[in-house]
Amino acid sequence: MNEHQQTLLEFMQQQSDKLLVQTMQHIGLTFISLFIAVVTGLPLGIYISRVRKLSGPVLGIAGILQTIPSIALLGFMIPLLGIGAKPAIVALLLYALLPIVRNTYTGITGVDSNVKEAAVAMGMNKWQVLFKVELPLAMPVILAGIRTATVINVGVATLASYIAAGGLGEFIFGGISLNNTNMILAGAIPAAMLAILFDFLLSLLQKLNFKKVKGTVKIAPVLLIILSCFYFIPSAYGSKLTAGFTPEFMGRQDGNLGLVSKYGLKIHTIVISDAVMYKAAQEKELDVISGYSTDGRLKAYDLIVLDDDKKIFPPYYAAPLVREDALKKFPELEATLNKLSGLINDSVMTELNYRTDYLHQTPERVAKDFLQANGLYKAPQQSNGEVVRLGSKIFGEQYILTNIYSMLIKGYTYYGVETKTGLGGTKIVFDAMINNQIDVYPEYTGTGLLAILQAPSKVIGQLQTSKDSTYNYVKTEFEKRYKIKWLKPIGFNNAYALMMRRQQANELHIKTISDLKRYLNTK
Amino acid sequence: MIKVSNLVKTFGATKAVNDISFEVAKGETLALLGTSGCGKTTTLKMLNRLIEPDSGTIEIDGQNILSQSPELLRRSIGYVLQNNGLFPHYTVAENIAIVPNLLKWDKAKIEKRTNELLEKLHLPKEYLNAYPAELSGGQQQRVGLARALVADAPVLLMDEPFGALDNVTRSKIHAEFNVLDELKRKTIIMVTHDVQEAFLLADRVAMMDKGQIVQIGAAKELLFNPANDFVKDFLKEQHLQLELKTIKLSDIWQYLPADGRRINTSQLAANAGVWEALDTFKFYPRENINIINQQTKEVRSVTFDQLMSAYSRFKNQVPHE
Ligand SMILES: Nc1ncnc2c1ncn2[C@@H]1O[C@H](COP(=O)(O)OP(=O)(O)OP(=O)(O)O)[C@@H](O)[C@H]1O
Ligand SMILES: [Mg+2]
Repeated sequence: MNEHQQTLLEFMQQQSDKLLVQTMQHIGLTFISLFIAVVTGLPLGIYISRVRKLSGPVLGIAGILQTIPSIALLGFMIPLLGIGAKPAIVALLLYALLPIVRNTYTGITGVDSNVKEAAVAMGMNKWQVLFKVELPLAMPVILAGIRTATVINVGVATLASYIAAGGLGEFIFGGISLNNTNMILAGAIPAAMLAILFDFLLSLLQKLNFKKVKGTVKIAPVLLIILSCFYFIPSAYGSKLTAGFTPEFMGRQDGNLGLVSKYGLKIHTIVISDAVMYKAAQEKELDVISGYSTDGRLKAYDLIVLDDDKKIFPPYYAAPLVREDALKKFPELEATLNKLSGLINDSVMTELNYRTDYLHQTPERVAKDFLQANGLYKAPQQSNGEVVRLGSKIFGEQYILTNIYSMLIKGYTYYGVETKTGLGGTKIVFDAMINNQIDVYPEYTGTGLLAILQAPSKVIGQLQTSKDSTYNYVKTEFEKRYKIKWLKPIGFNNAYALMMRRQQANELHIKTISDLKRYLNTK
Repeated sequence: MIKVSNLVKTFGATKAVNDISFEVAKGETLALLGTSGCGKTTTLKMLNRLIEPDSGTIEIDGQNILSQSPELLRRSIGYVLQNNGLFPHYTVAENIAIVPNLLKWDKAKIEKRTNELLEKLHLPKEYLNAYPAELSGGQQQRVGLARALVADAPVLLMDEPFGALDNVTRSKIHAEFNVLDELKRKTIIMVTHDVQEAFLLADRVAMMDKGQIVQIGAAKELLFNPANDFVKDFLKEQHLQLELKTIKLSDIWQYLPADGRRINTSQLAANAGVWEALDTFKFYPRENINIINQQTKEVRSVTFDQLMSAYSRFKNQVPHE
């Protein structure tokens, strides 16, 4: 902000090679899955048009598959197929299947029975009837199905970046985490344009008259395969170990950029969502991941944190962020929230996270147990109608903290509480606060400094290693710029950290990030 | 020759076809006539195995068709569907070429045969590259007929081929149909519920009711010798017209006076029906008409009254009721 404000075009130019790779991956993912969906869906549609009693169940199942939220479907795929292209393609395939099967079925059963009978009466066998009469006549309807499937796939493929399959989602979700509008648009605009472009091209195909369709249908599979190959063009480099970094980590100075510039770390990297990263590390799909130092899965999956010997990860002390007008409106709020201050250190937080993430206890229960153990729990009081709105980002630690705050507010004040959990990344939750949709949410000093304030590198250099100076800097700046107050830190430091499986790290004698680099450099 | 014996077909509880037997001689045209739902279409479709009979046998030229490959059988039988069933995605030329292509004819042969048929069926060549939707109902019907005729199959099945047409167009097609040489050498079975059509186009008519043939024979037999009340009732409404069309001038020749005064020169052939002679009086109001007996070359001139009295004298002679 203090430096030159980058325009979208500049960003796209600067990142053009990445943009190209992501676009190619996106097209590839869309069309590989589309191709498989056509190859399987078309015969399936034809089959159920022959065996009508199967049409109900088949279309029903395909319909149900389509109602599964995309992220959930991707999640289901991981235990079966791991991470990367395979599960993404299968998930996309399942989404594309319904429109293709349904339209093939509808198209074929909709062919005038008189015409079909004429074909049989003329002496055609069942294959001739299918290829010369039924398919050509059903083609406009089938193409409409393929068109729908294509547009769905272009959209859902943005989510593929969650499971390390690449695509334009890397920019979109990276941008959301990093509060970088240019990055979001650099992913979203090409994705939207791809959807519009393919929709338009297919609409042309659909409008061609029957004669020309006969010819185009023959080149369509070839075209599909060519487009599918786009996916495989980019990923041609590798190294001894594979790293999985979140989109957010990838774009941050205190993340991958710092690893490259300060440590000179060069490692084969795939982009993956936080939700599946740890599991993938445990299952040896990934060797190095970018995690949070208090994450419960660290304990659950027996991972260790590599020592940041060059100090590129700034402190991420958590503290409640509150709107100043909310502090005035709710006079008792500040004191109540501060009751938690100093109570949770790193190991306590890891333990709490472990209980939700790994033992699958509910955040409510973990919060209540914690408060009771510390003698802070009080039964909720009758609310006076005024409601404090709590927000949280979409991960376990934030859920626990908001639950603790909710219980404290209900127990110690007469205010009601409304929680808005799962507000995506930093950008989404912070925008919600700026737009007065939430009053309180837990934030980390490092995130405030880098993602929200986007402090110039000079300032970062001065603050980086010190916990207190960072806290004081963000506190003053937030009050000045946003009229938002940082309350007292809770105590733990949930900083970025590189992690590896304990066993592998021991075998390779890697304790610090510099060790990792040295290992990667040895041939 | 087609020989059908004891054909039965049931759909659930409906006996669509209930023990039907008939024969059609080579080159003969048989009409299946009857009310809606009496089993005409079902009977016809069993002949090219679009429907498989429950029991009974069908022989064409002494061959049991149930032991042949249905595809090969169908390629040797022309079939005209009730609603023409043209392929909407094929041009007229492609529609006509369907069976020849299945039979793997070469291009030149298909083209030659198509042109020949277009001419015979009075279809302009410009339509060759048109799609069926661009044609009128009558033209579509002609294309449907061309498609059934193109491979010159010895047998032709037609299911209410002119059902969807207006009266004027239908009469026109009927007239063309009657003079089409392609049809003269074919064994034809046509389904209709139009009595006039059956009487006009067929050599013999099979009257069907409730899945059975109640009477089969030439038009005259049905008209003057109905087997039962069903046949009588079916023909009752149009009885007079049918009679006048069915009875030829040659039938009443002996009752026509031989001494009539010849006023004009126009002549009507004696193989025309009485109906046609009456028509001539109506269109050219005149005192008498000349009728020529083609065998004897004798010409008789008669007045309207003389014609009618000859007709009634003939009728009193024919045993009926
Ligand atoms: N596929 C079928 N399934 C069940 N019943 C059928 C089927 N086809 C015909 N029927 C029944 O068999 C009987 C004879 O039908 P068919 O089509 O042969 O009559 P039709 O004489 O051709 O009548 P129309 O003049 O109305 O065409 C009817 O009662 C009809 O409902
Ligand atoms: Mg019928």
